[in-house]
Amino acid sequence: MIRPDWHIVEQWITPRSRVLDLGCGDGSLMAHLIDRRQVSAVGLELDDDQVAACIEAGLNVIQEDLDSGISDWFAPMSFDFVIVSQTIQAMRHPERLLADMLSIAREGIVTFPNMGYWRNRVQLGLLGHMPFNRALPNPWYNTPNIHLCTLTDFEALCDELGLEILDRAVVDSARRESALLRTFPNWFGEHAIYRIKRRV
Amino acid sequence: MNHSVGIVHPQTAIFTAPLALDCGRSLPSYTLVYETYGQLNAAGSNAVLICHALSGDHHAAGFNAETERKPGWWDSAIGPGKPIDTNRFFVVCLNNLGGCKGSTGPLSIDPATNKPYGPDFPIVTVRDWVSAQHRLMQYLGLARWVAVIGGSLGGMQVLQWSISYPDAIAHAVVIAAAPKLSAQNIAFNEVARQAIITDPEFHGGRYAEEGTLPRRGLMLARMLGHITYLSDDAMRAKFGRELRAGQVNYGFDVEFQVESYLRYQGTSFVDRFDANTYLLMTKALDYFDPAHEYGDDLSAALAPAQADFLVISFTSDWRFAPMRSREIVRALLAAGRRVSYAEIESNHGHDAFLMNIPYYHRVLAGYMANIDLTLEQSAGVL
Repeated sequence: MIRPDWHIVEQWITPRSRVLDLGCGDGSLMAHLIDRRQVSAVGLELDDDQVAACIEAGLNVIQEDLDSGISDWFAPMSFDFVIVSQTIQAMRHPERLLADMLSIAREGIVTFPNMGYWRNRVQLGLLGHMPFNRALPNPWYNTPNIHLCTLTDFEALCDELGLEILDRAVVDSARRESALLRTFPNWFGEHAIYRIKRRV
Repeated sequence: MNHSVGIVHPQTAIFTAPLALDCGRSLPSYTLVYETYGQLNAAGSNAVLICHALSGDHHAAGFNAETERKPGWWDSAIGPGKPIDTNRFFVVCLNNLGGCKGSTGPLSIDPATNKPYGPDFPIVTVRDWVSAQHRLMQYLGLARWVAVIGGSLGGMQVLQWSISYPDAIAHAVVIAAAPKLSAQNIAFNEVARQAIITDPEFHGGRYAEEGTLPRRGLMLARMLGHITYLSDDAMRAKFGRELRAGQVNYGFDVEFQVESYLRYQGTSFVDRFDANTYLLMTKALDYFDPAHEYGDDLSAALAPAQADFLVISFTSDWRFAPMRSREIVRALLAAGRRVSYAEIESNHGHDAFLMNIPYYHRVLAGYMANIDLTLEQSAGVL
């Protein structure tokens, strides 16, 4: 299964670069990038089943809780790209991770579900209940997604952390990009994908 | 039983070229006892070396006789269909130098004196063991190991392999190990050694000549060791405060089940292990520190390594805790090695590495299956 954001992530990755995938799940994005971009990749993942799946797929994975910090593991600038795909919204301290990841890699690629997506706004603003849909498929009381944000929120945090936004893409559930999406990304983007680096 | 390698027979390799040791002495000639499981493939590319820990030996899997009650020490992981699958790999396990199960050690006859070496057997290090293992590899006609695998002190040998013979090891599996002992680890070893050395029957290590054994000392050393192999939780789960007789008797006989267990482990160990070997093994542990020669920079020590690594630790292991394995992983990442690391949830303490824990065995099996896959692919190319 190809996740909505992968083809965009793939376009941003330089061939044969060194890639770190934080919260790599079963490693399918790493496998995809190894296949398409011949990268050398290593993932961080906490869940036993996912770690085992990575190893079974012949991928390199480190079993670790992202919230306990990543800068312990890797030397400064030891990667070209660090990817956090659909993960920051589930972290206790996304702001620490964003700062840390750009000390160990040249560029960061971050994807997350956009809380500002119109369906989320309708569910909360008009219907008066927490968003519950394809991009946010868990009920509020039992969800890994504890730090949801909109595009505006994320960009403000990047600014605060001294991070420069190099690229931004948004996709809807059908993974299309369109004029509507480009004009009103914070309304119609179901998932946001950013390429960021440290401001010099 | 259909997952067992079945009946295996130990084999003997005799080496007559002297082996120079780290301590400055050398062994003029020596014998290594080993077992093999599975078949070497036509390309000779599927050989796996298993390195044993403190009290282990060459008998890692299967049975040496129909009447043998317990299989080899790592039978849980080695066999047909098991994580180290003998249908796919040719597995070799040997008794290290200084051992007491047939390889040259303190019980062997010193050719210089025609008496058992006893305490005069040279102190051997992990690096010495790996040198001897490398000679066994050549003796077996192998160009390299597709994997070298070991737990605890065995894991240290795996690390040393990757440093000493980077071309001769494709994959390194380091389980429940540490890059060097902590002061606490050395302290436990020292108490164990003192228990043996101060036993009146030790006779400066020449107990064999006196026709006796330092039974109490070796028993105490093993009892102490067993405490460090288990976790507090494991002991609580296994023994709690269970009383053997159902009530306390206000005396010093065995009352609690845990006392009974430790005494049993201690006394049965005395019948199968040599005290001088135990002293040597604990010293090899204490001395292991590959980073020392590199200004305590482990990644510099690992710089020559070419292998891919799998590192595994267990959450309740306080002898070689997960943080010790993390040190290894960090150094490997800094040295640019491909490495995977799994931290296994378990309450079995250090002993967990010998157990059939589903997630642990899934990781090990998955890693080994990928090695087999690359072997098949390269065979296809040929």
